[in-house]
Amino acid sequence: MIFNAATIEMLQEGIWETLYMVVLSSAISYLIGIPLGIILVVTDKDGIRPIPILQSILGVAINLLRAIPFIILLIMVLPLTQLLVGTVVGSKAIVPPLVIAAAPYIARMVESSFKEVDAGVIEAAKSMGASTFQIVWKVLLPEAKPSLLVGAAISITTILGYSAMAGFVGGGGLGAIAINHGYYRYEVGLMLVTAAILVIIVQIIQEVMMRLSKATDRRIR
Amino acid sequence: MEQKEPIIRLEHLVKEFKTSSGTVKALEDISLDIYAGEIFGIIGLSGAGKSTLVRCINYLEVPTSGEVIFEGVPMGSLDRKGINQARRSMGMIFQQFNLLAQRNILKNVCFPMELQKTPKDQAEKRARELLEMVGLADREKAYPAQLSGGQKQRVAIARALATNPKVLLCDEATSALDPNTTKSILQLLKEINRKLGVTVIVITHEMGVIEAICDRVAIIDKSHIAEVGEVSQIFSGPKSAIGRQLIMGDTVHADFGDSKLVRITFDGRASNEPVLANLILACKVPVNIMYAATKDVNGTALGQMIIQLPKDEGESNRVMNYLATAGIPHEEVTRDDF
Repeated sequence: MIFNAATIEMLQEGIWETLYMVVLSSAISYLIGIPLGIILVVTDKDGIRPIPILQSILGVAINLLRAIPFIILLIMVLPLTQLLVGTVVGSKAIVPPLVIAAAPYIARMVESSFKEVDAGVIEAAKSMGASTFQIVWKVLLPEAKPSLLVGAAISITTILGYSAMAGFVGGGGLGAIAINHGYYRYEVGLMLVTAAILVIIVQIIQEVMMRLSKATDRRIR
Repeated sequence: MEQKEPIIRLEHLVKEFKTSSGTVKALEDISLDIYAGEIFGIIGLSGAGKSTLVRCINYLEVPTSGEVIFEGVPMGSLDRKGINQARRSMGMIFQQFNLLAQRNILKNVCFPMELQKTPKDQAEKRARELLEMVGLADREKAYPAQLSGGQKQRVAIARALATNPKVLLCDEATSALDPNTTKSILQLLKEINRKLGVTVIVITHEMGVIEAICDRVAIIDKSHIAEVGEVSQIFSGPKSAIGRQLIMGDTVHADFGDSKLVRITFDGRASNEPVLANLILACKVPVNIMYAATKDVNGTALGQMIIQLPKDEGESNRVMNYLATAGIPHEEVTRDDF
């Protein structure tokens, strides 16, 4: 194993590509996932504005997408990726499949965070004449915030894990380095180093999110 | 009370819930008039339907049939917006307080004003006045988790009053509080009623609450109204069986039969204290006195008493434990011993 300037540069580039994929996909996935999670909770038969049919259809759609293994999804959505990004290789091209895989996952995480909000508090807001939008915006979101942050730690690390599969379809990032160099060229040392970097990134994401959640949670004295 | 227009009139209210095991009637033909400025109590055992009833008043539960008429307007005739508007004229407080855990006290009281888009500085000014009134002016930066139950309920009351409601609905508002705190919260509710003229509707299962603050009371039993009237009248002569039960309390139906007998020996020390009364109060268990004799011997009272313990093993063990821990000389005896 040789650790020269070229290897280090490659790893640096890998880290940036990975962070680029993860941050961008997480942001877009959350933009889609939070509204979906809200719809799941609000339209539930015991929700604030029950629309059971919509809720079931959405639930099934989410389950369908979640049932497809990511590596298969990656290939299935290639035409869509081509359409959206204009290419099917590189870090950018991995974003659409990552979003398609992560958004339904995040919708479920968000749903479960919202369900933790005390029903009594929602009832109190109703008794004060709050509209559905006001309940979502002023009760559900702020009251679920600590739980949403914990969920984000889990979701983002999952996206990071998915992003490592990008290497199989010509994507970039640390995962690609591990596959192309470590696996195909038997550079075991390099593979271990990329794995170690991934572990450190996961640790940082997890730690930052948990601390953020704790620091902003007012239920703790 | 002189006859005036009721602020809330319930007409033949029925509420049914559909469950997997069929339809359950929570309320059956409830008709009530509640007048402006009174403190009206609704009492019943748990499951009687009183919580459903109070939720029908502000349409948190939509009645299956019948009408809720608030200030002459049937709630059923209002659209969603109209109902939200009506709810702002009816504050509500809850057994579990239901404060927003992630907002401080001041922001909690501001919440209903935020909902109706009161300007922030105006809302905060009003919130501070209300916190002052409930005696928590110095805690505005605290979060609910840092407050005691009584303090939380005071915040909830301040919050419920923020929109100047005409009615305050109290759903078991003191049931999670200790007796002293209950007293002070009831005092506060009475003050609010007298000073601000807010009509207060109190849902409770405790007769003490009704006795302490209510002008009139409705007793609810098995989804029906058993009786309605002035509190003083109902207290002096309850007409319904449930009324008698709530007022007189449960009579004890303990099973004795062939249960354990215990001889308590009075050793002078014990004669100065109400041993048996203490035992009954501490163990909350009835005992049957079979035999008792005390004598004064050279200034100290001596004697013995034979009591019969309830058949229930848990209860009789509690008595035995009490006697042992209190250091009262006692022994188990059989029927042949006396």
